[in-house]
Amino acid sequence: MVRSARESVVTTTSFRQPMLRVDGLVKRFGGFLATDQVSLDVCAGEVHALIGPNGAGKTTLVNQLSGLLAPDAGRIELDGVELTFLPAHRRVAAGLSRCFQLTSVFRQSTVLDNLLMAVQAHAGSSFSLFRPRSAEAALRDGAVALAEQLGLETLLDRIAGALPHATQRQLDVALALAAKPKLLLLDEPMAGMGPDESERMVELIDSLRHRMAILLVEHDMDAVFKLANRITVLVYGRVLTTGSAEEIRNHPQVQEVYLGSEEHESATVHTPARAGT
Amino acid sequence: METKEHSSSRWLVVVVIIALAAFPWAATALGQEFYIGFVRRVLIFSLAATSLNFILGYGGMVALGHAGFVGIGAYAVVILVDAGVTSALVLWTVGMLAAALGAAAIGAISLRTRGVYFIMITLAFAQMLYYVFVSLRTYGGDDGYTLQTRPNLPFGLDGGGESALYWVVLAMVVVVLWAYSRAIDSRFGHALTGIRDNETRMSALGYPVYRLRLVAFTLAGGAAGMAGAMLATHNGYVGPGLMHWTQSATILIMVVLGGTGRRWGGAIGAAVWLLLEEAFKLGTEYWHMPLGLLLIAVALYAPRGVSAMFSSTGAKAWFAARGKAS
Repeated sequence: MVRSARESVVTTTSFRQPMLRVDGLVKRFGGFLATDQVSLDVCAGEVHALIGPNGAGKTTLVNQLSGLLAPDAGRIELDGVELTFLPAHRRVAAGLSRCFQLTSVFRQSTVLDNLLMAVQAHAGSSFSLFRPRSAEAALRDGAVALAEQLGLETLLDRIAGALPHATQRQLDVALALAAKPKLLLLDEPMAGMGPDESERMVELIDSLRHRMAILLVEHDMDAVFKLANRITVLVYGRVLTTGSAEEIRNHPQVQEVYLGSEEHESATVHTPARAGT
Repeated sequence: METKEHSSSRWLVVVVIIALAAFPWAATALGQEFYIGFVRRVLIFSLAATSLNFILGYGGMVALGHAGFVGIGAYAVVILVDAGVTSALVLWTVGMLAAALGAAAIGAISLRTRGVYFIMITLAFAQMLYYVFVSLRTYGGDDGYTLQTRPNLPFGLDGGGESALYWVVLAMVVVVLWAYSRAIDSRFGHALTGIRDNETRMSALGYPVYRLRLVAFTLAGGAAGMAGAMLATHNGYVGPGLMHWTQSATILIMVVLGGTGRRWGGAIGAAVWLLLEEAFKLGTEYWHMPLGLLLIAVALYAPRGVSAMFSSTGAKAWFAARGKAS
């Protein structure tokens, strides 16, 4: 049922305006071209997956988009606003939010305090020095609402660092969602997860797609083929091709450089199962 | 949990303030007026150490140049007294503002670095200040500068002698520490600890990390400057030795001893350190030795500082650890 809804999204996205537009991005580390003239766009309501072998420059690209790295050339635009040279925190204000490849939460704090930190960032100034934060009921309400959205409401008093890996991942996503982003950058959200946990993360991402544009960097091909409206393949810092899941699966060069014989098999094994539903 | 601990510690704080306010009468009655000056010094260093704890314990900024800001505050007093200003309130306010300004300038550069580089650059700036005042002949250079008369205290307290200055210092320290305590629980304080725990995430959440840090650094510098201005008044003398890097290290040790990132860690650390220094000085000329041993003991057995043992959970953990060890 959910799947049929997704199919309909796939067919309509091509008419939408791009939310994120990346144009000719270049990043050099010494003589090494980590990002080589990368251009791509992500539309509102679309999950755009970024795949590529290890060392293809996926995380380097994500770090440039989120402002942790400065590109050497090119342009990044979100909803018509240029982000290329904005510091990371200003990009969040412009509507770009991210998750990290290595889960990045406040490990010593409770889940509630984690969420409060995220909500506070988008609810007025943090340069208030005198009023106790605990007196601000609105912040707490916002944090609880966020927890409910992600099914974390029973874990509010738990220390984040002691939670299972998959739950920490969910919290990581919750922190990113507090910004009510126009574009969500997900850097390998399924990394280190078991099949059941991956499936739940897929459902979570699927439930978010109608509210924002999502750029998904992921190694888990099952997840990518389930979620992505379009897929961009990055090889040696360069865009090899962009296309629908079907186009990517049947692209001869992609099979050669990226999927490889072994992974290609697993992808084709997956295809009949999907067609059968 | 936090609120319960908070309300019980609030009563303790009130009791401590009342005891400190009554102390000059008790000391006079017992004929121990010397200790009025001693406790006054403890109060001033409590302020300096607390200001460092704010950026070190809550902000995660290991600054090794805090004595530089104490020195700016002290020399602001010297320069103004030399120019004929006599009001203590004016002197202290200017001392605080001058140090805050210095901290803003030094922080603006230092806070672009991290880790060991931050330690080194704050140390370097404080040493630069030290050498500037060593070479300033007008204000005594190496020999320092003696204030000929004590500045006028506010509220017509001038006739009160040692106790009057004590009470004014106590009032100022209490006000600043109260504001500090509020700041810790505020949005700003939470943001600061967030940056300490996970800077990258804070920036990805949209926090202006650099600006938050700089404001904290400036505030801490201002409070340290006020401590320096009061210390100048207390001693009646200011020398460049005040901003030597060993002084910065002493303040840092006070914070570590008391408990980094614990609300009253700086104040408790300053009190314990100065009390022990005084006690050991009575017994031996080589008082550095037992203090050094104590530091090693703290590092080994109470790494979260003395104040961690005072909190209910901390004490339980401490005794539990002892029980396990024996």
